[in-house]
Amino acid sequence: MPTIKINSEKCKGCSLCVKACPKQCISFSKQFNKAGYYWTFLEKTDACIGCGFCYMMCPDVCIEVYKDTL
Amino acid sequence: MKKLIKGNIALCEGAITAGLKSYFGYPITPQNEIPAYLSRKMIELGRVFVQAESEIAAANMVLGAAVTGVRAMTSSSSPGISLKQEAISYMAGMQLPAVIVNVQRGGPGLGNIAGSQSDYFQAVKGGGHGDYKIIVLAPNSAQEMYETAYDAFDLAEKYRTPVMILSDGIIGQMMEPVEFNRVDKKNLPEKDWTLNGCKGREPRSIQSLLMKDGALEKHNIKLQEKYKLISENEIKYELYMIEEAEIIITAYGISSRIAKSAVKLARKNGIKAGLFRPKTLWPFPCKIINSLAKPNVKFLSVELSHGQMVEDVKLAVNGKSNVEFLGKAGGGLVTELEILEKIQ
Amino acid sequence: MIHENFMKKILLKPESLKNAVLSYCPGCGHGIIHRLVAECIDELGIREKTIAVAPVGCAVFAYDYFNFDVTEAPHGRPPAVATGIKRTNPDKFVFTYQGDGDIAAIGMAETIHAANRGENITIIFVNNANYGMTGGQMAPTTLIGQVTATTPFGRDPKREGYPIKLCELLSTLEGTTYLERVAIYNPQNIIKAKKAIKKAFQCQIDGKGFSLVEVISNCPVDWGMTPLDSIKWVEETFIKSFPLGIVKDRICY
Repeated sequence: MPTIKINSEKCKGCSLCVKACPKQCISFSKQFNKAGYYWTFLEKTDACIGCGFCYMMCPDVCIEVYKDTL
Repeated sequence: MKKLIKGNIALCEGAITAGLKSYFGYPITPQNEIPAYLSRKMIELGRVFVQAESEIAAANMVLGAAVTGVRAMTSSSSPGISLKQEAISYMAGMQLPAVIVNVQRGGPGLGNIAGSQSDYFQAVKGGGHGDYKIIVLAPNSAQEMYETAYDAFDLAEKYRTPVMILSDGIIGQMMEPVEFNRVDKKNLPEKDWTLNGCKGREPRSIQSLLMKDGALEKHNIKLQEKYKLISENEIKYELYMIEEAEIIITAYGISSRIAKSAVKLARKNGIKAGLFRPKTLWPFPCKIINSLAKPNVKFLSVELSHGQMVEDVKLAVNGKSNVEFLGKAGGGLVTELEILEKIQ
Repeated sequence: MIHENFMKKILLKPESLKNAVLSYCPGCGHGIIHRLVAECIDELGIREKTIAVAPVGCAVFAYDYFNFDVTEAPHGRPPAVATGIKRTNPDKFVFTYQGDGDIAAIGMAETIHAANRGENITIIFVNNANYGMTGGQMAPTTLIGQVTATTPFGRDPKREGYPIKLCELLSTLEGTTYLERVAIYNPQNIIKAKKAIKKAFQCQIDGKGFSLVEVISNCPVDWGMTPLDSIKWVEETFIKSFPLGIVKDRICY
């Protein structure tokens, strides 16, 4: 299963990844980080296809995309 | 063997011998011999010559070359030097070694193309924005144009600072025999601050922007400490017939040549005159001037301006002697006889 | 779910970017463009011979983010500074990163003449139609009718003239080799933008002369928009005035 990891401390909650995700699997957190932003995270973990659109749109370079090695 | 050449050409030869790798210029009279001469010579030597689109661009090309640690120079005359002040201030802040030549002409504004010494304040008091100083050297012959240009690069690198050679249209244009008494600089010392690609080390940046709390204050203190060190170590001057002098003429550049003749003339006429010539205008030789100042000694600052260096002489003398001024700006030279008349 | 440590990272921060928090506003396009530049430098294997020139503007702190040598330059002067670097160090890779005010207002002379001399450098030109750092004033590329801090009634050509199309302007100069305008408002365009940047860098590596990529970017805070509205405005309005595509390509000549 592909997945993504969003650095919650570097995220500024701009929502560009939320919009870019073709599977609508990224959501906003209910808490804010040290800088005061509601970070985003992969909510629907099963839906991620590892397309990298979120990575491409992220202006804070805080998303990493993973795929199975198996 | 000596060679009869113009001051501006002598300066080029001094710079080339010092290992000048790149020159960036823009035409303006009376410094045009410099870019014209270097446009041929630098290319023949396989070095860099660029005629820039403006004095601003030329000075910033020097800045670019300087961040990589190579020897770089630009030259201009007064109005062009005003345009270079932006880059000079940046280079002072970024602590970049570079040589800027000002073959002074008349001002303000476009002024005229005659030799002048009206840019003293601009050169020694900062010129651009911010709290900084640059080393200002004042040659007074074609020979010294050669030697000063040669030495300027070492000074610039020793202290990581821009150095200005403050010449004038007369010294620049005048032909004199010059002895090429310096040896080719081949191996320059390694520098540990230059930008040359981060192979095998952490990336570096060179900047004058310091936004973090207290960073700029700290940087400015560091600069001031450097300026203090320069003031302690790099002052140069010439004394002529200073023994028992009751009148000490202070003059630099072309004025010092005239003043020297006036001193000779005065001594012939039984007047105890002497000459004090600063070779470095910044750092200014304050201490030595102060030590020469006594109640029975008078100072006369002779300049091709309406009184600029005289202010520094007064500060140095600090009330211990009377300080008078003689000068003109806008084309004419002060003559020996005018000086003699003034000191009589 | 398998833990990430046992999985293969396929997309992550490029080596040419430091692990720093970018000072840009949320949603600002600079971060994306920084990443594209860094990825291209990684892929071309030129990080250790790169000397970049940062502008005055929002990207003034580029040296805090790029993981290679970067120098500061006075406002508008990066093409002159880059000329000085490249002429004295032809074996190094030299690029400038400049905004619209830097490159096309105060630095227009330096830009045109570096281009005209055919300097073998690359310029990454970020066009976001305003002065971001100083609070959203009118830039040379501000659109007709666009409201900024200094065009409160909208840019009126009678008063403020017209937006400058830099790529088209530079394309008339014999000295330019490769000029392309790209945008970064969606992943498809980001892929195109990266291709353009890589091509421009390759142009320099091959010694083919002056290359410039104009990246149409967004400035949500100074435009007074949400990040999403700002990329929508780029797509629906901005690129209508600044058409995307290759403006000049003489690489194969």
